[in-house]
Amino acid sequence: METERGLRTRMLPGLTVLTGRGLAGWMVIVGLAIVLSIVVMTLISPWISPYDPSALNVGPLRSPPNGEFPMGTNHMGQDMLSRVLCGGSIMIHVAVLSVLFCLTIGVPIGLLSSYVGGSLDKMCSLIMDSIYAFPGMVLAITISAMLGRGVVNMALSIAVVYIPSYFRIVRSHVLTIKELPYTVAARSIGAKGDTILFRYILPNVVPSIVSVATVNFADAILTAAGLTFVGLGVTKDIPDWGWDLTDGRTLLPSGAWWVITFPGIMIVLLALGFTLIGEGLSELLNPRLEQ
Amino acid sequence: MGLRSYIATRALLTIPMIMLLLSFVFLIVRVLPGDPVLLHFEKAASPETIELMRQRLGLDKPLLDQYFEYLVGLTQGDLGKSMQDFSPVGQQIFSGFPATLELTIYAMIIAVGLGIFLGVRSSQSYNSLQDHSIRIFGIVMYAIPIFFLGMIFQMIFGVFLRWLPTGGRIYPGMEPHGLKIGDLHISTGLYTIDSLLEGNVFKFVQALRYLFLPSLTLGLVLCGVFIRLTRSNMLETLRLDFVTAARARGLKEKTVLYGYAFRNAFLPVLTMMGLQFAVLLGGAILTESTFSWPGLGRYLVDRINFRDYTAIQGDVVFFGILVAMVSLVVDVLYAYLDPRIRL
Repeated sequence: METERGLRTRMLPGLTVLTGRGLAGWMVIVGLAIVLSIVVMTLISPWISPYDPSALNVGPLRSPPNGEFPMGTNHMGQDMLSRVLCGGSIMIHVAVLSVLFCLTIGVPIGLLSSYVGGSLDKMCSLIMDSIYAFPGMVLAITISAMLGRGVVNMALSIAVVYIPSYFRIVRSHVLTIKELPYTVAARSIGAKGDTILFRYILPNVVPSIVSVATVNFADAILTAAGLTFVGLGVTKDIPDWGWDLTDGRTLLPSGAWWVITFPGIMIVLLALGFTLIGEGLSELLNPRLEQ
Repeated sequence: MGLRSYIATRALLTIPMIMLLLSFVFLIVRVLPGDPVLLHFEKAASPETIELMRQRLGLDKPLLDQYFEYLVGLTQGDLGKSMQDFSPVGQQIFSGFPATLELTIYAMIIAVGLGIFLGVRSSQSYNSLQDHSIRIFGIVMYAIPIFFLGMIFQMIFGVFLRWLPTGGRIYPGMEPHGLKIGDLHISTGLYTIDSLLEGNVFKFVQALRYLFLPSLTLGLVLCGVFIRLTRSNMLETLRLDFVTAARARGLKEKTVLYGYAFRNAFLPVLTMMGLQFAVLLGGAILTESTFSWPGLGRYLVDRINFRDYTAIQGDVVFFGILVAMVSLVVDVLYAYLDPRIRL
């Protein structure tokens, strides 16, 4: 009876998996809603934007929000609403790519290094720790300045900063799991190294990787915005919230608040969405902390 | 292990880390696609000019020779020459460093102070509305691009209310000189301290006014980490017997929270201060650019705009060594406060 009830409370159907778990579950739901809405908005933006986001002088210069231009216009007479609707694509691309880079580089190195151990592990750890200790923004700026503009280059320079986070979380998990009785048992019945690594260890590391990756999306978005702000953005030709925010800075003294406020809020929302999902997930996936 | 041998081991471990970092920066500037000299001129220079630039900066020598010269130079405090005017990068960095230091110190005070205060409040009212609001506040702060928050503050307090200056470090010409008695001249480069040494309260207030918005921006963005850490550590500590015992003795809740529980929850916060220093420096770059704060971060961004790769390298190396030193100091402090670490 006891186990049956335990099972029933744990295996909640549908959305109640999340709604029945307190604040953490709600954080995931709200985060998902925010992120999905922004992604959908960006996807359908070409059809719903009232004006061409790159077209100059579609309205008066620096017009405050009004009926015709609900988010005002900037100093080139571009419609801010259209720019806000379309401006997410570069940032989303960069974030997705950089997380992919991190996953494909950081996770395998972490798995291998900790499973093999010895001097390989020591060397990898030293390199990763050195990168980890370094100010991420400085590193991303340096690499980005050398690689030049472009979505892939930006994603790469961001990935270098965050690969150590994946390495560390994978490594610490593998070191623990490696010594657990079920892994030892598998080894004793003759399971090979790669079987143990991929069938016994990896599945138990996945939850932590997922929560690191989600928070990492937020970091990637904020770093991408920062790179754009210091003048290393992808290109001025495609509408981008980061560029608009950077451009809008010159208009601040004139009190044109709408030029920075709306693109800025979009970046905050996108980063917030991912942070909420990540925070919520890490709490749901680590029941130990929940008590 | 005694404290002394712990310090020695820890310091020795810092050396390969710094060496790795130096090599990494060296390689980024030279080996990544994109020749620094060509990038600097954007292909708009004659081959002779380019060759001359390479020679003057020593970039025409074999890679290994360059590496060796770079390391030897660093041991003598030589951070290389600027591509712009061949001036020593080190000098620029040392003159900008106090501004960055002052900004980061005040930002850290705000981040840690606010983080601890909100974290303790949050843990005290676990799972209440207050707890949830404080946690959400921390998460929202984490998600705000630092320069966006800075611009909002500039707009509200600088442009609309006109209460505070929106940029710079102090009114030009008002820079405090520090203490001057005869030939003795004591100056820290930190304007808030120098103005006090000078005995000029007006300058002190001005320095604070200029410092307020940048350090508040940087501090707020960083405080989330400290809120979360303080909260989770306090939650664990508050469950322990000695806290219950303190309460049973009828001590005031404030005394129990700050005098008993927090003292035990503080050590991880201290470690986090060391770790966050790197994040703080990264944030300082963006904050300095937003507020035209004449520090190292702004220097870095300026150099990027001039495509001055040798200066970028010098600045980054300085950042790296600084972070390594701070983390060494924090680890030693931690070992001093918590003898278990030395085991």
